[in-house]
Order: sequence, then C-alpha cells, then structure tokens
Amino acid sequence: MSATALFREDMLLGRLIMGIGRSPKAVIAAVVCVILLFAAIAGPFLTPQDPYDLAALDILDSKLPPGSQNMDGLTYWLGTDGQGRDMFSAMVYGLRTSLGVGVFSGIVALVVGTVLGLTAAYFGGRIDTLIMRVVDLMLGFPTILVALMLLALLGQGLWKVIFALILVQWATFARAVRSAALVEKNKDYVEAAVTLGISTPRILIGHLLPNCLPPLIVIGMLQVANAISAEATLSFLGIGLPITEPSLGLLIANGYQLLMSGEYWISVYPGVLLLILVFSINIVGDRLREVLNPRLGER
Amino acid sequence: MTVFVIRRFLQSIAVLVVTAVIVFLGIYAIGDPAEMLISPDASQAERAQVVASLGLDKPLWEQFFTFTWNALHGDLGRSFVFNRPSIALIFERLPATLELTLTGLVFAILLGIPLGLLSGLKPNSATDEVIMTGSIFGFSLPSFWQGMMLIMIFSVWLGWLPSTGRGPVGEFLGLHSSLFTLDGLKHLILPAINLSLFKLSLVIRLTRTGVRETMPLDFVKFARAKGISERRIVFVHVFKNILIPLITVIGLELGSMLAFAVVTETIFAWPGIGKLLIDSIMRLDRPVVVAYLLVIVSLFIFINFVVDVLYSLVDPRVRLGDAS
Repeated sequence: MSATALFREDMLLGRLIMGIGRSPKAVIAAVVCVILLFAAIAGPFLTPQDPYDLAALDILDSKLPPGSQNMDGLTYWLGTDGQGRDMFSAMVYGLRTSLGVGVFSGIVALVVGTVLGLTAAYFGGRIDTLIMRVVDLMLGFPTILVALMLLALLGQGLWKVIFALILVQWATFARAVRSAALVEKNKDYVEAAVTLGISTPRILIGHLLPNCLPPLIVIGMLQVANAISAEATLSFLGIGLPITEPSLGLLIANGYQLLMSGEYWISVYPGVLLLILVFSINIVGDRLREVLNPRLGER
Repeated sequence: MTVFVIRRFLQSIAVLVVTAVIVFLGIYAIGDPAEMLISPDASQAERAQVVASLGLDKPLWEQFFTFTWNALHGDLGRSFVFNRPSIALIFERLPATLELTLTGLVFAILLGIPLGLLSGLKPNSATDEVIMTGSIFGFSLPSFWQGMMLIMIFSVWLGWLPSTGRGPVGEFLGLHSSLFTLDGLKHLILPAINLSLFKLSLVIRLTRTGVRETMPLDFVKFARAKGISERRIVFVHVFKNILIPLITVIGLELGSMLAFAVVTETIFAWPGIGKLLIDSIMRLDRPVVVAYLLVIVSLFIFINFVVDVLYSLVDPRVRLGDAS
C-alpha cells in the first residue's frame, strides 16, 4: 500500500502529513522531532551511563573535554561536567524532563482550554462573558511575569512549574477553540444534531470538537515549544525545577559558571540541544499553520 | 472619549485589585504569613510584635484591609536582608532596569523596522526568506541562551565588551544614566542587545505584515499615479499607516520587556529590579518579592492603560468599537 492510499487528503491526519511532506524544511524538522521524542522515551537504554547514579560517577573524570576516554575505555563524546558525569547521558535525561514537562503541561492546558472555550462558545451570554474576561486578563500579562509571580510565591518544584505552565497556556487554547466553535456552531449540522435531540455534551464533544481540531493542533505545537522554552528559562533562573529533576535548562545553568573558564561544552551542548528541539517544533508548527489555516496566528 | 478613558481606568483598577488579592492570598492563605514575612532569625518577642503589628491574629478580611491600607501608603514591609523598606529598594534599582529596557526597545525598533521594510517590500525574495527564517530562529532561541552566547563571543573570545555589571553613571541635563559615560555605554551594549533580540522578531514581522497589507491599497496606487517618488510613498505615506499598530504593540511589549529584564539582568549581573527579585527569592527575602510583584504589575497595568488611551486618540475606531 502506498503512502497516498494510507493517508487520504480528506482526512485530517492525511492533510497534515502530506502538508509537511511538501516542504523539505518541515520534513527535516519533523524527523528531528521524532528522533528527539524517541530519544526521550528510550532514554535509559541509549545512554552509556546513568548520570544520576552517584556510584557510576568518578570525580577524577570531571570536566573532561569532548572525546576523552575514562579508565574503563568509555568515551565521553560530549565531555563530562563538574561531577564527572557523561554530558551525553545527562542531556538525554534532561531532554526527557524538558520534553515531558512541556508536552504534559501543553496537553493539560489544551484540555482545560478546550473545555472552557467550547463551553463559552456554545452557551454564550453570561458564561461566555465571564470566561472570556478571565482569558483576556490572563493573555494581558506576559507569560514570564505570571510564571515568576506564581513560582515566587509558591517556591520551586516539578508540579509547581507544571501548574504555572498550564496556568499561562490554557487561555490561548480557550480563545482559539471559542473562535473556531463560534463559526462551527451556526452550521447546519449542529442544528440538525440539536433537532435530533442529541445531548449537549455529545454535540460539544462528538460534533463541534472534531471540527475545531485544526487550530488546536497548530497552537498545541507552538505552545509545547513555548512551554519547553519557558521551563528552561525558569530553571535557568533557579526558580523552576529543583536540582533533583535536571532539565536542559538546569544543565545549562550548571555549566554557565564554567563557561567563563573555557569549559564551554558543559553548557553549550545542552543549549544546542534545547535550541534544536524548540526550533524544529516551531518549524513544524509554522508549516502546519500554513497547511491548515493560512490566516491563523498572524501577528 | 472621557467615557472611554474612565471605563478603561476602572478596568485597570479592577485588574490591580484582582492581582493584589491573588498576591495577598498567595502569602496569607497558601503559605504561613508569619513564616513568610518575619525573618527566620527573629527572636520570639520580635515575632510576637510583628504578628501583632501585621494583625495576623485578626480575621482574614481584616488582614486584607490592613495589607491594602499599608500597600496604598507605600508600606510593603521591610527587607530581611537589607533591613530597609522593600519599596525603597525597588525604586532605587528601577532606573537601571528602565535604562536597560528602553535602550533594548530602541535597538529593537532601529533594527526591526528597516529589516521588516526590506522583507515586506520584496516579499518571497531571497532577502525576505533569510530575514523571516532568521526571525523564527530568533524567537526559538531562549533569551538566556542568547545572552550566554553574546557573553561567550564578545566577552570571552573577542574580549571587546564587559560581561557583567553596570558601568559608572554620568549626569546630563539632570538625568543620571550610564548612557552618558563611555564605560557605562560599553556595559550597556550586550545586555541591551540581549533584551532587544527578544522583541526584534516581533517588530520585523509586524512591519512586514503592515507593509504587505498597505502596499496594495488604493491610496498607494493614487500616489503613484500622481507621480510621487517611490521613496516618498514608502517612507511618508505607507510608513505613517503601519506606524499605528506598531506603536501600540511596542507600547504593550514594553511591559513584557520589563518582566523579561529579569532574565537579562540575571545573566549580565545588571543591578536592576529583576536581579533584585531573583536574589531575593534565593535569600527568601519575601517582602522584597511581594513589593516587586506589586510594583511591576502596577507598572504593567499603567503602561497598558496609557497605550490604550493613546491608541484611541490616534484611531477613533477603537473607542467607538468598544462603546457599541
């Protein structure tokens, strides 16, 4: 069976995959995303060393430049950090945390935003006004300010960071879903469903939601990239993830002090990985936006 | 107009009250205010005295009243570390942050508008493609990472510019700023570029969209038919039209740049309020954190208010649309 037969143009997935396929830049970015996702999931099986098993570390191996070998013949292709940790292994584990936090908070924000956005659009009136007021209030503040406020008051921690990221993201989804749903709501098929006596939740989830998916997918991609970037920034500032959950941002922060003394690899390589991750997600997201809706998100 | 300003003003006050309630709840309801607002090494007697003066033994609504009353009188508690009113610390460091933010904003505008014009006037050309891909790259790079690279390239490798701190402050026309000394300028360049890169992509994209939307309009065709030179059309007539949305967004982004200065100030050890915030969080100096949050949110709301009012002056559709 050929790829064209497998993904028909009239299916959403088909449109997405064919859309990416037509842009070489997006294909490369998508492949990179898939590889990174795989690396994050398979993490422990790919790394030569468990970077957080203190027994496996040797302080004599600390700050070795890239390509050095240790006594057991293990080559540190990307060098080691101040504690003699293999940078490659640390980066794969960091990628797991960064991607995990970004994707998880993105999905929860998507669900919360979708539920509120659909509710606002479908019921209208007071409920709509109330929800949208809150959305406007949230979107009026810069992401970083809200996250700073929250973490300054709550203190650092994995779930606190995730909570902060959800809080700053849901409003974007809610607004997008609402505007898509407002267009769909007045179409004949919704009226037909109402006439048939289908229950409201079923109309919302079974009929309205699937038609609001395209903008959600695009915003979802871009928001995950934003969330990863925001988490890295907060962790770099020392108010995000605790030292027990080392994300890419924390790795960069740890190596930052050593940057001045010439041990560039400790913070530069995690930084490059973070950059590749966010850049490729943005490129794919940008391409999907062009495919699904050329006007969406134009600023 | 007056109605619009009044309504907008009331909205701003409402947002401010909501923020104050959230900050208040953050300290008093989620955490233990005694632990948050009293220095860990205070004696038992001092502790009891502060509890009484803050009214922590009173009901929650009364505490909120006291909190607001004190805040309105500029009393946001004393810093544990400096043993001085936290609000004074904030205002002491505010000029450094404003200097950095405004210089960053000027950089973003001076670089962003020409690049945006360049790519908007020749859409889909090679120049356009390079500038647009560059701008995606620009907003993909986390701000702190850009700052580190700037330090690595210009301070560590090339050794051209200093990487930390603020230079000496000079005086000119009664204004105190490090813009007026050579060493001060040198210290300012890297942090200001770092902060401006954050907004550069946005200014480029906005200008490009504006140019592309304005060029096909009738008045441009008419101006061409009249024989006005292309340069005059672009720089006088088209430019005026794209300036309106640009000014609004730039105004609104000023607030987010103030917040983002936290990142830049931390990297470059710039002695502004952002660095003060991070230092205070690290030292558990919570009165300063609370003061920072309230001051920056008030500032942010104030900027938004001014921008909205200015915008409605420039473009009557805004206030008319809002009234209907």
